[in-house]
Amino acid sequence: MDYVIEMIDITKEFPGIKANDQVNFKLKKQEIHALLGENGAGKSTLMSVLFGLYQADEGHIKVRGQEVDIRNPNDANDLNIGMVHQHFKLVHNFTVTENIILGSEDTKYGMLTYQNARQKIKELSDRYKLKVNPDAKIEDISVGQQQRVEILKMLYRQAEILIFDEPTASLTPQEIEELMKILKGLTKEGKSIVLITHKLNEIRQVADRCTILRKGKSINTVVVKDTTNEQLAEMMVGRKVVFELEKTKAKPKDTVLQVKNLSIKQKEGSKLLVKNVSFKAKRGEILCIAGIEGNGQTELVYGLTGMMPIQEGSILLKDNDITGLSIRNRSLTGLSHIPEDRQRHGLVLDFTLENNLILQNYFTSKFHHRGFLKFEAIRENAERLIDQFDIRSSRGPISLARSMSGGNQQKLILGREIDRNNDLLIAVQPTRGLDVGAIEFIHQQLIDQRDQGKAVLLVSLELDEVMNISDRILVMYEGELVGELDPSKIDEKELGLYMAGSKRGEIS
Amino acid sequence: MKNFWREILRFLAKKANSIQVLSSLLAIVFGMLFGLLVMLIVNPADAFPGFFTILTGPFQAGMRSFGNMFYRATPIIFTGLSVAFAFRTGLFNIGATGQFTIGAYIAVYIGVHWGFLGPFHWAVAIFFALIGGGLWGALPGLLKAFRNVHEVVSSIMLNYVAMYLMILMVKRTVFFGDHARSLAIQDSAELPKWFLGSIFPGSSINIGIFIAILFVAVIHIILNKTTFGYELKSVGFNKDAAKYSGMNEKRNIVLSMAIAGAIAGAGGAVFFLVGGRYLHVNAVLMQQGFTGIAVALLGLSAPIGVLLAGIFYGFLELGGLFLQGFDFTREIIDIIIAVIIYFSALSLFLQKFVASYIKRKTEEDVEIAEGADIK
Ligand SMILES: Nc1ncnc2c1ncn2[C@@H]1O[C@H](COP(=O)(O)OP(=O)(O)OP(=O)(O)O)[C@@H](O)[C@H]1O
Ligand SMILES: [Mg+2]
Repeated sequence: MDYVIEMIDITKEFPGIKANDQVNFKLKKQEIHALLGENGAGKSTLMSVLFGLYQADEGHIKVRGQEVDIRNPNDANDLNIGMVHQHFKLVHNFTVTENIILGSEDTKYGMLTYQNARQKIKELSDRYKLKVNPDAKIEDISVGQQQRVEILKMLYRQAEILIFDEPTASLTPQEIEELMKILKGLTKEGKSIVLITHKLNEIRQVADRCTILRKGKSINTVVVKDTTNEQLAEMMVGRKVVFELEKTKAKPKDTVLQVKNLSIKQKEGSKLLVKNVSFKAKRGEILCIAGIEGNGQTELVYGLTGMMPIQEGSILLKDNDITGLSIRNRSLTGLSHIPEDRQRHGLVLDFTLENNLILQNYFTSKFHHRGFLKFEAIRENAERLIDQFDIRSSRGPISLARSMSGGNQQKLILGREIDRNNDLLIAVQPTRGLDVGAIEFIHQQLIDQRDQGKAVLLVSLELDEVMNISDRILVMYEGELVGELDPSKIDEKELGLYMAGSKRGEIS
Repeated sequence: MKNFWREILRFLAKKANSIQVLSSLLAIVFGMLFGLLVMLIVNPADAFPGFFTILTGPFQAGMRSFGNMFYRATPIIFTGLSVAFAFRTGLFNIGATGQFTIGAYIAVYIGVHWGFLGPFHWAVAIFFALIGGGLWGALPGLLKAFRNVHEVVSSIMLNYVAMYLMILMVKRTVFFGDHARSLAIQDSAELPKWFLGSIFPGSSINIGIFIAILFVAVIHIILNKTTFGYELKSVGFNKDAAKYSGMNEKRNIVLSMAIAGAIAGAGGAVFFLVGGRYLHVNAVLMQQGFTGIAVALLGLSAPIGVLLAGIFYGFLELGGLFLQGFDFTREIIDIIIAVIIYFSALSLFLQKFVASYIKRKTEEDVEIAEGADIK
């Protein structure tokens, strides 16, 4: 059989945990092979071993039938293996071309090769229909485009085996659609692809086979079209799963958040990113701000939480005018915030899990006595939340956040913010990067918050999520609210029309 | 023996920051070897005995040498602690020299003129030096917080301002023209020796070392046990997350630089509140602040680490003194220290090296063991 990659009995141990335990994984030429597993199952670790970021403690790897020793990413590069990471590694104030040639051999000839490289990147971009401008600065292009830059980087280095670690986690539905086409196109050109994802429909859409990992062990490899989603999910968690939310109809009560005529600019003189937005969020409802990425949702949330100054308008939280308050005082007035960018805002990666869990309330009397931290209380708090939110890590409360899997980092933030029990919970992309089980759990938590009389403001790009758990939808387009919709009365298609700006409605 | 070594490596591989500690030790070893190399080039005949002298510095003259080792370590522990503290909060305090200078001048001024303080004389001098150093340190903090001026740039400039200001003020207020230096401080301003005098007879040691240890302990507690330290470290590790959680970044930057400055200022006082030591009016930056950077790096920016690295520095300095008995200049010691600085600055690289070495060794041994089983 023609395997381009064979990973045999791979074991990788971190202090406190076997992240991979005798895992077997075989990739055929020109196939798209999905890797599925719960958060912390060891998917990223396995691929990092293949890419040379980690060395396996046991087991061996064959590439195109040859036994190899991959000690670092350069070795992987030489074997034509490329990887796009869960969190991109691009330099923000560099151009696309600069980022792509960074660290590759050609740079030593300086300017001359820059032009060559630029030309080559353009050709690659055209050939694979990636539509990337080689001269654009990374900070000016969308997340979807940044990802395509990462793909270009691999192609530029002549990768034949492409690894994608949760490539769709931060993409819009449209971008996901495009990426899926790109992946298909790549295999036609002879590339072989490993796709790590939590989304079963993506697997169904593009993958030929799927390997399932559970708690570090490889459970099975199946042909996707012969397997149902239920079977996949069952293999992944090890028991039958029911995908059913307990959601009753919302009973909205009094207003918690009232936003009046809010406008926000990036800088003085630039154009408005949020234009004259007004709305109310009530107790007992999940209000969703839907929209395509980059239409002002991020800035709206920054404005509400105080992370960005506003130009005009006012914000009332439980009848207190919080427009001029600091981030801390808004938060103390009763606002929790699950941020969009978990590694940048949500976590101190070099702190332990337990220290990250007190980031929002280390200054309360619960966690200090006359300025001295109460280590016992901090530990108890961590143990309780780890248990309640099923946060998995190698060493429990003392694991460094940096060492945790992406999904578990997200669960840490969710646990911290939901546990604060504030009257307003702003959740931006709360289930990004979570496995199906964890998504259900978090959705249930959001609904429980609602039922306890909290107002939940959900900002999501995920249409499924928007349709399934929100009680009311506000669509944002180019900084404006262009429609107020009842999810039980519309379908995804109609929502899509609003999001694309081709339909407008009234806002109450 | 081999087994033992493997066990040690295995153990280290499991400990989180042992790799960092090892790379610090490795920096020291490289620095020493490089020094030996230089000595071999300069004067091959005396190189080995000279090197031996460096290694055995404080053991040469018994307790007196030990006392002197602590004595020499003291100011460097202060400046090292100052730099390390700022590092932990995400700031690079290259201005320890200036803060040290300001503290030194204030202490000398009080030491010369405020004899009326009697038994409180030295303590008051240290206190005001601490305040002065703190204010001096707060300046780059303020500039960074409110004017977005990088602290490295402003504190380098402030180092020179501090130096010239000190010269000017010494000339105006405490000048002993005949020797172009400051007047002698009064006896009551000299740091007492307490019982140290009898433990380390004949040595220059004074209670400065205790004050240094006290500072180390206080900073250790602030950083690791208090909400204040939690905040400072959050800002240091991830400004954006600190902002998200509502911490006041500007206030933290100013406070952090002020505290770093206060530590260095107190160091300046401790160094100069000694009989027979004077402020000179040459336009030369005091080196203690820069040595502090090395000591902070070597001590992995941890207060306890700085204490140990500072004492090690005292040890080397002492070795350098004895070296003059041979045909060497004591600059050899400066070279060794410089190399150690470079290696500790390269500690990230060394960490990788150490990590991969441990890995390779433990793996090789496993392979060897497995191979043996087959036979
Ligand atoms: N560098 C590390 N040090 C210690 N533990 C680690 C390290 N990297 C990963 N782990 C642990 O190994 C386990 C597997 O992590 P991994 O990142 O492979 O999970 P994953 O399957 O990619 O999960 P997710 O879907 O959440 O991204 C986790 O428990 C994680 O805490
Ligand atoms: Mg992962």
